Amino acid sequence: MAEESRTKITHAGKLGYSFRRHMHERFIETFLFLSALLSIAIMLAIIVMLVKESLVFFQHVSIWQFVTDTQWTPLFDDAHYGIMPLVSGTIVSSLIALLVALPLGTIIAIYLSEFAPFTVREMAKPFLELLGGVPTVVYGYFALLFVTPLLQIIFPELPGFNLLSAGLVMGIMIIPYVSSMTEDAMRAVPMNLREGSYAMGATRFQTAIRVVMPAAFSGIAAAYILGISRAVGETMVVAIAAGMQPNLTWNPMEPAATITAYIVQVSLGDLPHGSIGYQTIFAAGLTLLLITLLFNIIGHVLRKRYREIY
Amino acid sequence: MKSVNNLEEIRKIIGLHKKWDLIFMITGIVALMIAVLTFMALFAHMLIDGMPRLSWEFFTSFPSRRPESAGILSAWVGTTLVMLVTAFAAVPLGIGSGVYLEEYAPKNLLTEIIEINVTNLAGVPSIIYGLLALGLFVYQLGFGQSILAAGLALALLILPVVIVATREAIRSIPVSIREGAYALGATKWQTVSDHLLPYSSAGILTGIIIGLARAIGETAPIITIGALTFIAFLPPSPVKSEFPYLSIEWLTAPFTVMPIQMFNWVSRPEEAFQLNAAAAGLVLVVMTLAMNGLAIYLRYRMRKNIKW
Repeated sequence: MAEESRTKITHAGKLGYSFRRHMHERFIETFLFLSALLSIAIMLAIIVMLVKESLVFFQHVSIWQFVTDTQWTPLFDDAHYGIMPLVSGTIVSSLIALLVALPLGTIIAIYLSEFAPFTVREMAKPFLELLGGVPTVVYGYFALLFVTPLLQIIFPELPGFNLLSAGLVMGIMIIPYVSSMTEDAMRAVPMNLREGSYAMGATRFQTAIRVVMPAAFSGIAAAYILGISRAVGETMVVAIAAGMQPNLTWNPMEPAATITAYIVQVSLGDLPHGSIGYQTIFAAGLTLLLITLLFNIIGHVLRKRYREIY
Repeated sequence: MKSVNNLEEIRKIIGLHKKWDLIFMITGIVALMIAVLTFMALFAHMLIDGMPRLSWEFFTSFPSRRPESAGILSAWVGTTLVMLVTAFAAVPLGIGSGVYLEEYAPKNLLTEIIEINVTNLAGVPSIIYGLLALGLFVYQLGFGQSILAAGLALALLILPVVIVATREAIRSIPVSIREGAYALGATKWQTVSDHLLPYSSAGILTGIIIGLARAIGETAPIITIGALTFIAFLPPSPVKSEFPYLSIEWLTAPFTVMPIQMFNWVSRPEEAFQLNAAAAGLVLVVMTLAMNGLAIYLRYRMRKNIKW
């Protein structure tokens, strides 16, 4: 009888509060919390690193000169530090890419979401995903050695390095991102909206354009914003196919450097740590980060404002 | 509004709308074909140029000044070692972070900030991660232009991918599984480690593979770190014949990786080097396509098998 009650007590002890078990849980929770905090640490580290080196840079070069000077020749004896030539290259190549990626991506998304039979969709989606997985350096190779010679047949005066072919290939590269996010947004629109539209006698095209797309607007806007920041931040295609010569131009038929291509060009050389050339890439990087951040904020606002809740 | 009471007129309007429907459908197929054909052209062009260069020697020789004897030995060894570091850093941290956000995190401002921040990190251009690694890992922490610095840079880059995949995989497990575990007296971590993680392992694995496939092809951050392009030697072997058998000397060794080797060959004017670039690109594309294909297959299997 006494023995039986003793075993009962030990069992109760096992089920009750255990210090070791509690500490174990606490320890793991702390580790998980710290790894989640890491993402904030990375963001802060990026900002601190870019701002710190850029501040040193802006002690040498005034922000006014940085924004208004029309030449970017930081590595020459006669150094000019105007970011505009790099920004113009970035804008032109991104615009060409977006002119390809946004319409094609949207059309593909509408087709896959509203028109395509099940089997076509099941085959096309993984294929587009594979297309998005091809390394960017391979797209760069393709732009330089396939698309540029092809374009030179149409425009014989086109130079070997140009923004046009880099932008076109970049556009093809971004299609999968835009189309898959747009399609996800459209498929999230509830079926009864479509059924209502069909019941009124609308065709699939009318339903897609007038009912589904407005309902999915916030998701589509997010897809476009992602496409824009991809285009602005894309590096290897422009570094390989557009040449790395800073050139203040709005003409896509000319060679030019983008912000990213400049960073690559400097990194390929052997610049000593702490020199002004070293600091320029951080100032260029900060400009790039601010541009992408601006688009992220616009995307966030659009999403918040036009979100439809069903 | 115009009233349409003539049957003929209604038929005409319907016909017009149906025509537009058909036109758009054809446009959709054409757009899809443009994407397909571009990919085919890319692959075919590389295959034609690169295939003749692919041989056993190509994989077992170092880069060289003579294009016909140059190979990718140091590049693929470097890629393998960098990926080891990346996986080693990104997998535990990404899964830990995903588990925390999905299972542990209280609903407060900090959690919301972390969530927004993960989305923002996914949108930061990869070259910015390169600048971070250059300033922080290479100079501040003194890792130098090493495999360790490159692996960590890529780990930071793919962290959001792993986090999002983990969260989605865990979220799809029904609440009843958790309730069952708690009802049997399991602690939170026991529930997570014995039930949630095993059940979501396929989804998490898919995310890890997609992340690593992206990291293999990333060139910009590694160039920014200042990786050398001409490396005619291998890093010290991680396995030693004498005790303690494992060595970490290779972490601090200079290196090159596949995409950098390819970039180096593309940017040379001689055509013979560009054939090498095609061959290296072919290897790279096959590698990333195989990994992405595996991920797609895993997801397909998962969708077919799991019915909660």
